[in-house]
Amino acid sequence: MEIRREPLDGRSARPADFRSRQLRAHDMLDNALEEEDLDKYIEERVLTTTLEKAVSWARGNSFFPLTFGLACCAIEMMSIVGSRVDIARFGFEAMRASPRQADLIILSGRVSTKMAPVVRRLYDQMLDPKWAISMGACCSSMGVFNNYALVPSDKFMPIDVHVPGCPPRPEALAHGILRLRDKVQGHEPAGWRERYDAVGTEEVLPETGDAGGAINVLQPDDTGRA
Amino acid sequence: MPDATGLELTAHELRDHRADSVLGTTFERDRATIDVNPEYVVEVVTALHAKGYTFLASLHGVDYYPEEPRLGVIYELLDMKEVDRITVRVRVGVDAPSVPTVIGLFPGANHPEREVFDMFGVVFDGHDDLRRILMPEDYEGFPQRRDFPVGGEPVLFTYNSEKSYGKWQ
Amino acid sequence: MAVSSDYRKREESITLASEPHEQSRELLTLNIGPHHPATHGVLRLIATLEGEVVRDIKPIIGYVHTGIEKTAEDKAYWKVIPVVERMDYVSYYFNAMAYCGAVENLLGVEVPPRAQYLRVIHLELNRLMSHLVWLGTSMLDLGAISMFWYAFRERETILDLFEMSSGQRMHTRYFQVGGVIEDIPPGFAAKVRSFVQEMPSRADQYADLLEKNQIVLERLRGTCIVDEATLLGLGVTGPLLRATGNPWDLRKAAPYSSYDHFDFKIPVGTVGDNYDRFRVRLAEFYESVKIIGQALDGLPEGPFITPDRKVSLPPRHELATSMEALIHHFKLVTEGFRVPPGEAYYPIESPRGELGCYVRADGSAKPARVHMRDPSFVNLQALAPMVKDSYIADLIATLAMLDPILGGIDR
Repeated sequence: MEIRREPLDGRSARPADFRSRQLRAHDMLDNALEEEDLDKYIEERVLTTTLEKAVSWARGNSFFPLTFGLACCAIEMMSIVGSRVDIARFGFEAMRASPRQADLIILSGRVSTKMAPVVRRLYDQMLDPKWAISMGACCSSMGVFNNYALVPSDKFMPIDVHVPGCPPRPEALAHGILRLRDKVQGHEPAGWRERYDAVGTEEVLPETGDAGGAINVLQPDDTGRA
Repeated sequence: MPDATGLELTAHELRDHRADSVLGTTFERDRATIDVNPEYVVEVVTALHAKGYTFLASLHGVDYYPEEPRLGVIYELLDMKEVDRITVRVRVGVDAPSVPTVIGLFPGANHPEREVFDMFGVVFDGHDDLRRILMPEDYEGFPQRRDFPVGGEPVLFTYNSEKSYGKWQ
Repeated sequence: MAVSSDYRKREESITLASEPHEQSRELLTLNIGPHHPATHGVLRLIATLEGEVVRDIKPIIGYVHTGIEKTAEDKAYWKVIPVVERMDYVSYYFNAMAYCGAVENLLGVEVPPRAQYLRVIHLELNRLMSHLVWLGTSMLDLGAISMFWYAFRERETILDLFEMSSGQRMHTRYFQVGGVIEDIPPGFAAKVRSFVQEMPSRADQYADLLEKNQIVLERLRGTCIVDEATLLGLGVTGPLLRATGNPWDLRKAAPYSSYDHFDFKIPVGTVGDNYDRFRVRLAEFYESVKIIGQALDGLPEGPFITPDRKVSLPPRHELATSMEALIHHFKLVTEGFRVPPGEAYYPIESPRGELGCYVRADGSAKPARVHMRDPSFVNLQALAPMVKDSYIADLIATLAMLDPILGGIDR
């Protein structure tokens, strides 16, 4: 049995046709077109942008969230990875367990006085540009528990988007991330110190060099205290 | 639950062991409670353990604020065979409160006792690892006592962020 | 099915007992957490290792301590329910049940039979959901990522049911002192029934997927065995205790909320290793489904909340016609009801063990003390005897099978 392949319109596409079209375009660019015609030609075919815009477009579409759960909201944060509100549709599903590889931290739950230094340390370990979402009422405004044990997250780190709810639905969190995407794509400065007018608040290391005052640093022989 | 007579019989047996160990008994809403002198709590609990109450279901700290002695430690004992619960209650004053530990008998009292120490400041004598468990180690005060303020702070919103003293920096 | 590879046998030839080194025993202290993907929250573990073997482990908790018990003392009795629900955030119906039960005990309120059955339906749905979250996340720790998506698919179905009956996915505040806040909407029973018919086949699928998986079997079988007496001494209850063969379950031992009306079994294990803990929870899927089916079949007619107007809000239509209802409504909403002085401890069987709520009333409209005996908090003490002298890889599997919920531990 013989198999013949033919284009649908009946004419066979000859290689010479493509060649002639290519030549024509080449001729046009080669001073064949005048100023206005050339501009029009290029506008029709070439997309121009600034590097900044292109980078922020890419950044906004590919957050790497930190795998970091605090309390109730963490369960809802897990379900945005699940099949119903599949966050992979937008490109945010690459959860990273190490803060060094992540650029988005989602504070999902209540932040206690004991946890706040740890959260701040995690945020400091993330590489700039980085963003933070405060998910739920507890870490935005302490919600129903305005008491001795909690701190609102705005007290110790800059937050870009607050998602209300107790806990917010997964759809609400997805909406929050999309709002953050709009913010990132809308010419926000990438470094948080510029964004929040906080240049000059960098941490200063103690001159003595020992980290005795730092939190979460164990002395060499101390296993019991921890 | 032991009924009211059963509770009295148990208390009587405990008094036979040591006359001043049991301070009183309460039976209300199907809940049998023995008030125990803090000095003899280990003896009482050991005697109840021998009677079959071998499982320490729970251990609570309480602050009876206007009443004296203020602080209370409550042991919920459970007999798993008879499905029977009995409550042992110890009251101590707020100045230098101390109760002997029961972790020798119930190793599971370790975390609950540390929690009561953390929240109410009751010192459990003989506990080998009595440190704060929930609050930061350098925290001052015992937050769940009734005279400790609930705390909390004004929340930052857009309209009051200028006036408010605390910002994240 | 040949499940025994010689890997474990070869492993058994290695002695895990401590061997003194000629010069000195080198111990390594390893910090795990509070931010670690395998600790199910913000648990911090200080592990002392000798090579790859765990010699000692200290859990450090308190990183989500929220002061809920203190906040509860500042609110009227019925406003405490949403606060206590946020303790153990995977089994919120159980927290509300324990608290409501304690307050009902203090008030002497009788809960109508329909409310008891509705409570049982929601409690068992919540038990299923809690076990599904456990299954998804613990298998994630063992490296089986697809299980997470299957488990969360069924979880979403259950959350849809919760949303239908109460309007919220999590922290529903459906249980009320004296009953439930609202009757189930039309169509709810049919939806639950179709879910109940579907769930056993789903559980079969999970079992097929996991039980014939060599990696899961190797990591769970015969690891981290603790005997029954040690667990009882540590106060451990729930699936961990049942895995050793002790059939202690408060639903059978001291039935509450008409659990004695239903015919169900208590799954128990044999040796108490990680595999038994896994199997006991997997078997509880079927039993919970059975209870829900029976409760739907026998759902009695009648009021869904106690008719005592001193405790429960009057129905909406009465407010327009009855002055007395308006007064009761005003009184309940502004001040709440007063509870006669006394103390109550109300234990129930949560997915993790005995969840007890201690409430002390001093005669006012606010509780003088609310304390939860949370099973995760007590069960966490069993981690050290479980993982002592075993490999650090088994530590992660054991922690997953322990199923701690940090919100319940720290409260």
